[in-house]
Amino acid sequence: MVDMGGSQPVGTAGAVDLPETALQFLSPDGQVRSAGPYSPYVESLTTDDLRSLYRDMVLTRKFDAEATALQRQGELGLWVPSIGQEAAQVGSAHGLKPQDFAFPGYRDHGVLASRGVDLVQTFAHTRGVDHGGWDPREHNCHLYTLVVGAQTLHATGYAIGIVKDHACATGDPTKDEAVIVYFGDGATSEGDLNEALVFAGVNQAPLVFFCQNNQYAISEPTSRQSRVPLFHRGAGFGIPGVQVDGNDVLACYAVTAAALDAARAGMGPTFIEAFTYRLGAHTTSDDPTRYRDSHDAESWKALDPIARLRLYLTLSDHADQNFFDEVDVEGAALAARAREAVRKLEAPPLDSFFDLAYNEPHPLVAEEHAEWTAFETARLELMGAGR
Amino acid sequence: MPNLRTFALPDAGEGLTDAEIVRWLVAVGDEVQINQPVVEIETAKSLVELPCPYDGVVHDLCASEGDVIPVGAPILVVDSQEEVCVAEPQADGSQAPRPLVGYGPSVLRHSTSVSAASGLANASQLRVPQPILAKPPVRQFAKDLGIDLATVRATGPGGIVTREDVTAAQESQAPRQLATYPSDDQPWLDGGTVSSDGRHTRVPIRSVRRRTAEAMVTSAFTAPHVSVFHTIDVTAMMALVDDLRQDKEFADVRVTPLLVVAKALLLAVQRHPEINATWDDEAQEIVYKHYVNLGIAVATDRGLVVPNIKDAHRMKLHELAVSLGDLTRTARQGKTRPDQVSDGTITITNVGAFAIDTGTPILNPGEAAILAFGSIRKQPWVHKNKVRPRWVTQLALSFDHRLVDGGLGSTVLSDVTRVMANPAQALVWG
Repeated sequence: MVDMGGSQPVGTAGAVDLPETALQFLSPDGQVRSAGPYSPYVESLTTDDLRSLYRDMVLTRKFDAEATALQRQGELGLWVPSIGQEAAQVGSAHGLKPQDFAFPGYRDHGVLASRGVDLVQTFAHTRGVDHGGWDPREHNCHLYTLVVGAQTLHATGYAIGIVKDHACATGDPTKDEAVIVYFGDGATSEGDLNEALVFAGVNQAPLVFFCQNNQYAISEPTSRQSRVPLFHRGAGFGIPGVQVDGNDVLACYAVTAAALDAARAGMGPTFIEAFTYRLGAHTTSDDPTRYRDSHDAESWKALDPIARLRLYLTLSDHADQNFFDEVDVEGAALAARAREAVRKLEAPPLDSFFDLAYNEPHPLVAEEHAEWTAFETARLELMGAGR
Repeated sequence: MPNLRTFALPDAGEGLTDAEIVRWLVAVGDEVQINQPVVEIETAKSLVELPCPYDGVVHDLCASEGDVIPVGAPILVVDSQEEVCVAEPQADGSQAPRPLVGYGPSVLRHSTSVSAASGLANASQLRVPQPILAKPPVRQFAKDLGIDLATVRATGPGGIVTREDVTAAQESQAPRQLATYPSDDQPWLDGGTVSSDGRHTRVPIRSVRRRTAEAMVTSAFTAPHVSVFHTIDVTAMMALVDDLRQDKEFADVRVTPLLVVAKALLLAVQRHPEINATWDDEAQEIVYKHYVNLGIAVATDRGLVVPNIKDAHRMKLHELAVSLGDLTRTARQGKTRPDQVSDGTITITNVGAFAIDTGTPILNPGEAAILAFGSIRKQPWVHKNKVRPRWVTQLALSFDHRLVDGGLGSTVLSDVTRVMANPAQALVWG
């Protein structure tokens, strides 16, 4: 159980100007305060829930650091660091139920960790052996989408499918399904997201648009992309918007869980803006010091999402040093396993190209598959004869 | 038996072909751990630290600071104590793993010819034992000098080691010592190697020095330079500088004659904007800039840096003083960011700081004019028909004669000096 102190929904901290509209439960000094109607969601979090949030954030960060190093050692073609955004990703994804479906962008390692996807599987595409890396149906978590904002359309289609299948608003919240889609501030300037908002709005799709505003679309600051705060964007499409302190894992959890509940109950989509900051580069291919003041990164470090939750867990006796040590050991083991696994990654068999193209049998694909199998069999026989 | 593992230069961006070794963070013999930063490299895109992929002891640094290394070439050899069961990729070109993205280096195929100083050849010979070819007299010569033939780069036909190769190896190996130490008072020798007779030191050409050289060569041999000079009485300007130093509004900044010169140049550019331009040879166009990014040449420990004040034409005098102070301070601390040195439009070089009267400066590439500001000295000067001690200085303006004619260049210099001789002129033009 989480005890609330006084009621101060407004967040201000350090040298960073957090917008006054951003909902905050957990302040950087480790104190939890009430934030109006969302409070029940935070109050109902158990010790195990809180520890699980902490664990997923730490594992995500350790893995991310290892992956960044592996790219610098030539083992990965590219890496997209998530450092600094763990609270937004892990907090929101913990609001999902097993039957829900998540559509991540390409930086959302914390979402994968929370959905139970083995993070090592993300290397399949950053090492260039596969276009995907995991079976989306296994954990109800779609593949990373590299085309900025395109996943918002995929998610909208999926969510409209839920409406057509009558799989939401049935009156049974344990069966109702909802969808969440992740994207960044840069995607809000894309046509795809705006189209997705149109269709999700008019169809009242059970979809949560989760925008991680990390302040930069590669090198373009948010101020050069929008005249209004991003969470106002939904209003024109008839979609309510909420802004949340993206470095506060409790607020991200509560607001997303509430929005997903509303979606499952048939109340349509919500647009959430998590106000956060990417502490690393956009990808390992760019140099943020060329477009960003390094002082900014320093002041954002004071708002670190992991340090904040750790402080709260300690102050409120939800966890002690033993627990933190255990998680650190687990993180180091994950990093070691990632290092070990990356070189052993193999391309999937070519059969999977044919098998995974369509959900149902397709005559043209079946014909091409048969042709290829015949060719491959003959080739292998020839090679055997050559020896 | 040492267990040597090679760290090949990765592609730190997408599709890069090479990178420059900026700084080694470890030395031979150091213990290193997985993911410990070992070297700072500069690519076409960014400056990054590379983390070590192995635990162990540094066995060899295959490249020197300042070397430009192709992606995929070995940069570091670590003696890792652990047993390896998987065969490590070899460092010779044939078996090297292909870079994950991009086309990889074109020079990798004949990588032994990349650079003798980089130690590349040494590194590959460590792992590819081959019979060493050399004639008996050369073998004796090497033995006399105490040179191991296995460490000599062969340039003779069919890979034969020649007498010259042995001599070259002696020169590169024997004096392999730092000429100076960090506390030394000869920082320009840092990282160099002393010749065996001790009469000269070879220092690799590194980042700032290399970039300065490239910029100067490009500028001097593409833009035909013309310089004009003017000597003037700046006693009135010196009085103004004194007044400003007393002014409460300027209490928080350092007021120098350079500040007035900067303002004078900005006013001259405002009156003759056509000097604030670039000759774009490729497009066969002249690009006139409607903004002034005022460059200031700053001498630093690492060499010459020319950061510029963005949109200086919009600045009030106080704001300009603040920017001037920030810019020189940042440059002296070596913290100038790449964006601060790019897109300059016109430059001032304050040669007076070295008590020099004037010079014929070389243009910052892409700019059409550069103003040299000499020292200000009390000199006999005819003032109101009498010889008086007055504050006198000399200015020089070099310009690109492709787009600036003598008339324009001279008028601009004359306008600058008019404001300096009589700051009240700024009231008329400002």
